[in-house]
Amino acid sequence: MYDKPLPVIDRSNQAYWEGCRAGKILLPRCEDCGRTWFPPSGNCPGCLSRRVAWTPASGRGRVWSWNVFHRAYFPGFASEVPYLTALIELAEGPLMASTIVGAAPEDLRCDLPVEVTFDQVTDEITLPKFRIAR
Amino acid sequence: MLPELRDKVAIVGVGTTPFGQLYRNADPGRTATDLAIDAFRAALADAGLRKDEVDGLITSRVPHYGRTAVRLGLNNLRFVNQLEGGGRSSGVAVQWAMLLIASGMAETVALLYGNDGRSAAMKYGGEDVGEEAQYDNVYGITSPGAAVGLAWRRYQHLYGAPDGALAPVAVNNRRNGALNPDAVLRKPITREDYLNSPFITEPLRLLDYCLINDGGVALILTSAERARSLAKPPVYITATAQATDLHQEYAGHDFFYSACSEVARRVYTAAGLGPADIDVAEIYDNFTPVVLWSLEGFGFAPRGESWRWAADGRIELGGELPVNTSGGHTAESYMQGWALHAEAVRQLRGESGERQVKDARIAQYICAAPIITSHILRTD
Repeated sequence: MYDKPLPVIDRSNQAYWEGCRAGKILLPRCEDCGRTWFPPSGNCPGCLSRRVAWTPASGRGRVWSWNVFHRAYFPGFASEVPYLTALIELAEGPLMASTIVGAAPEDLRCDLPVEVTFDQVTDEITLPKFRIAR
Repeated sequence: MLPELRDKVAIVGVGTTPFGQLYRNADPGRTATDLAIDAFRAALADAGLRKDEVDGLITSRVPHYGRTAVRLGLNNLRFVNQLEGGGRSSGVAVQWAMLLIASGMAETVALLYGNDGRSAAMKYGGEDVGEEAQYDNVYGITSPGAAVGLAWRRYQHLYGAPDGALAPVAVNNRRNGALNPDAVLRKPITREDYLNSPFITEPLRLLDYCLINDGGVALILTSAERARSLAKPPVYITATAQATDLHQEYAGHDFFYSACSEVARRVYTAAGLGPADIDVAEIYDNFTPVVLWSLEGFGFAPRGESWRWAADGRIELGGELPVNTSGGHTAESYMQGWALHAEAVRQLRGESGERQVKDARIAQYICAAPIITSHILRTD
């Protein structure tokens, strides 16, 4: 039984989570002005258009920063403490909260290139995570 | 701010609860509203005002302004409202009060804050997944401390700040807390104590974190004219300003620097003063990095250099800019900026006892958060 927090799927983010399940990061993109943003929402934060399309991201980015949780705020993470989390600056610009797999904190530095990898955690939800770029 | 508003409104009453005593005696039966009311009674006595002379009320963190007003017997106010219970709200509350009084919407405004966070075992993290937080929570990312820690790591990378660069801020708060009879933590710490304290969300340690507690704070403001006939010397709001830095991430991209610089420009221009004129600074410190970022954004220290600047004793009592003289949020109590306002007033009145900054005439409150506020306060 997966006991970590799960997202609430709604009209504004359904395409994003379906994309993840299919192994793609889909970013919301404004059909009127072309702006891309994250996290998904029902309108473009630039021109306020509600015509939101979805565009595949490259899956590449850089480590903006990372930290290590030594406390279990969520019971589902208690057995993993200390665990690593990160903010990734996607090649397309937006920052994305995530984690880095296959690396220890001492392997990391800010601006290190990373690439996406997908972790299916439930039938419905697949989480994009990152690894150090090869 | 219009220049004619300078010094037109004053803080005339402050009330706080005994934070250390409350910390040692957690009591789940005590409510946030109880604590706010205790603080209000103290503020009325401090100002020499009767309850029915208050005609405006703004509450924060208590469950509801209406219930609070009913309990206070303030049934027929000229203005009432409630602000979100976050730390960024305290400076906003003072700004609303100033505008209400300066515009004539109300004459005497009480600002009430009550927090039962310790007795209610608040964790500030791990709450229910919300619409905005879910993209973080799925990875186990939660809590403002984690957000500040991520930004602090980035700052370290950009400006070369080593591990331990936050120690002077943590040590200063505890040194000041030792001089404050109402502070929760009254034992000073050393740099070594700081470095030995456990990580919570690495790179931040326990001693970088604010101290969740129960408590209440009340501030009473009125016009400068009316203030002169009350019990205590008026503390004038010389200038105040606000800017926002609202992003998905708490600490934005630049550690609040641009928005702080904008607030600094406006508040100093409106006051006709600059950083060198400030005798004492009360700086919002939910986590220690925010103090350093504030020192940079408000022009006390060069950008990227605050950690060096603050390491030389400048922020200590007796230094060129005494900071968080009551012990701030890591030693006195996490009262979300409210008690820092009370301390600024007490410093300007000369009421701060052993921690008094000699001849303090001009104080500044600074809060760097997604809503950045700053006031310059002055006494005659």
